Amino acid sequence: MTVTTTPLAAAAASPAARTLKLWRLEGFPLIPVLILLLIAFVAVFADFLAPYDPQIGSLARRFRPPAWEAGGSMAHLLGTDHVGRDVLSRLIFGARVSMVVGLTAVLVAGGIGTLLGILSGYLGGWVDQVIMRVTDAWLALPALTFAIFLAAIVGPSELNIIVILGGVYWTRYARVVRGEVLSLKQREFVRLAVVAGCSKWLIMRRHILPNVLNSAIVLATLMLGVVIVTEASLSFLGVGVPPPKPAWGLMMADGKKGLMVGYWWLTVFPGICIMLMVLSANLLGDWLRVKLDPQLRQL
Amino acid sequence: MKQFIVRRVGYSLLSLFLLSVTIFLFVRVTGDPTTLLVEPGASPEDIENMRHQFGLDQPLWVQYWLFATSFVTGDLGQSFYYRTPVLELYFQRLPNSLQLAAVAMVLSLLIGIPSGILAAVRVGGFWDSAGKTFSLLGLSLPQFWVGLVLILFFSVYLGWLPSSGSGGILHLLMPAFTLGWYFAAAHMRLTRSSMLEVLDSEYVKLARLKGLPEALVIGKHALKNALIPVITLAGINLVVMINVAVVVETVFAWPGIGRLLYEGITFRDFPVVQCVVVLGGSMIIVVNLLVDILYAYIDPRIRLES
Repeated sequence: MTVTTTPLAAAAASPAARTLKLWRLEGFPLIPVLILLLIAFVAVFADFLAPYDPQIGSLARRFRPPAWEAGGSMAHLLGTDHVGRDVLSRLIFGARVSMVVGLTAVLVAGGIGTLLGILSGYLGGWVDQVIMRVTDAWLALPALTFAIFLAAIVGPSELNIIVILGGVYWTRYARVVRGEVLSLKQREFVRLAVVAGCSKWLIMRRHILPNVLNSAIVLATLMLGVVIVTEASLSFLGVGVPPPKPAWGLMMADGKKGLMVGYWWLTVFPGICIMLMVLSANLLGDWLRVKLDPQLRQL
Repeated sequence: MKQFIVRRVGYSLLSLFLLSVTIFLFVRVTGDPTTLLVEPGASPEDIENMRHQFGLDQPLWVQYWLFATSFVTGDLGQSFYYRTPVLELYFQRLPNSLQLAAVAMVLSLLIGIPSGILAAVRVGGFWDSAGKTFSLLGLSLPQFWVGLVLILFFSVYLGWLPSSGSGGILHLLMPAFTLGWYFAAAHMRLTRSSMLEVLDSEYVKLARLKGLPEALVIGKHALKNALIPVITLAGINLVVMINVAVVVETVFAWPGIGRLLYEGITFRDFPVVQCVVVLGGSMIIVVNLLVDILYAYIDPRIRLES
């Protein structure tokens, strides 16, 4: 008897216990999560952490190398740039730009995409046709090219970049969410809600939305890396975050001019920051995808 | 088949239409397009002239009609900076982009296919995880970062390769690798998963049961079928590569379409930007159409299903 009860007991474990077990599973990307937390911490407390003002430098101290190189000093740990601004301080404030732009752009894209995906999948008919045809058309443009085009029209600013990135990337959410909704629509609990006389809006809000949030969150984590790279690329090309602001992509664009004469720290340090942040977001997203949403594993 | 092609062409035309409407609306709604279309420093009379010339006093749908017909007849406007028709500029730069994309594609296939096969044959082994790391890096690293590190190492430190411009094959190596890495990662992932699927099929098992050497089973029997989706993706990606090289071409000062787009931004040369974007989107829609028709031709299930 005992042999048969053991698996039964395990299967009947409470949802809370199951969740706990899920999170304890091997493969939790500890280092990426720590890196992301560190960047978030630096972004929040940038004012207290940065040794200098990130936008003001003195020309007398331009192109100082990092502290451990010949000619460097502890006053500027990671050196100074072409107008004498402290590289470390700019990196610290750059973390704030990347975090703010990345997170809000993902929220905007996720919000629009989830909303339109649910409408398209649940209502069907001409609503579905219109939304999906627009999605198809917009997906035909490479995201970066589309973003550059929009940025060229509305001009560079932090707010514009957020709106542009949200406007470019919602299509991916809409596709995935619509697919989920199509299968949810056929499930018993939704049919029962229809029989019980719930309105379409109530069903979409109370029954469909909570069930697509899982995929939306996984997609958001994966998207964070993509959005940060695009923001950095736009800033690098000069249509992203406008100049005096310390964005990592912009710092690399400035540093590029000094690369051939050996001022390597101006490009290498911001590059490492972008790389660490994007890799961490992608590793976390990959893990979440496998753990939370088996359906997305093939994505 | 005929019905399928008609419907598929219809969808593509619809996509093109929606794309042009999108671009039209963004240009018109986000402000007075004359500010984008006249040269900086134009006088008020010039602006008024321009407004009349473009029919901006007409209703919106008339304006769209003018916009659409000028595109269909190949009149994409004139560049402010170069003072030549934009289309002419575009076709001057296109060969360079094609060259870069071709070399990048060859590199990405040379890296992606063998490493994908290795990863599939040794699932969970060293090569599999090495391949995963490689593709994760390829998909996560920003292209300008890869490009600048390559310049730092091969041009500044070693002094082997030229850091920018065009010329011989040496100029092409670094930009092509930078562009190709991202796609190599995608090709590797697809080769791996498609190879895994094929290796699990009955005919491969039969080939093994017959006692064929493993190298022959993989290299001849499995590979042929596993490569079909990879070749398709490569075909689409070649067109995508032509249109997304803006960062790479900027870093290495390669005179292709991407560089043209970048110049369009920096010189506030809006007709150039618009031209590159419209033609890029159209090119990708057309390639997707061709691939779909080709697939329906090869595989009857697809055309019967829809």
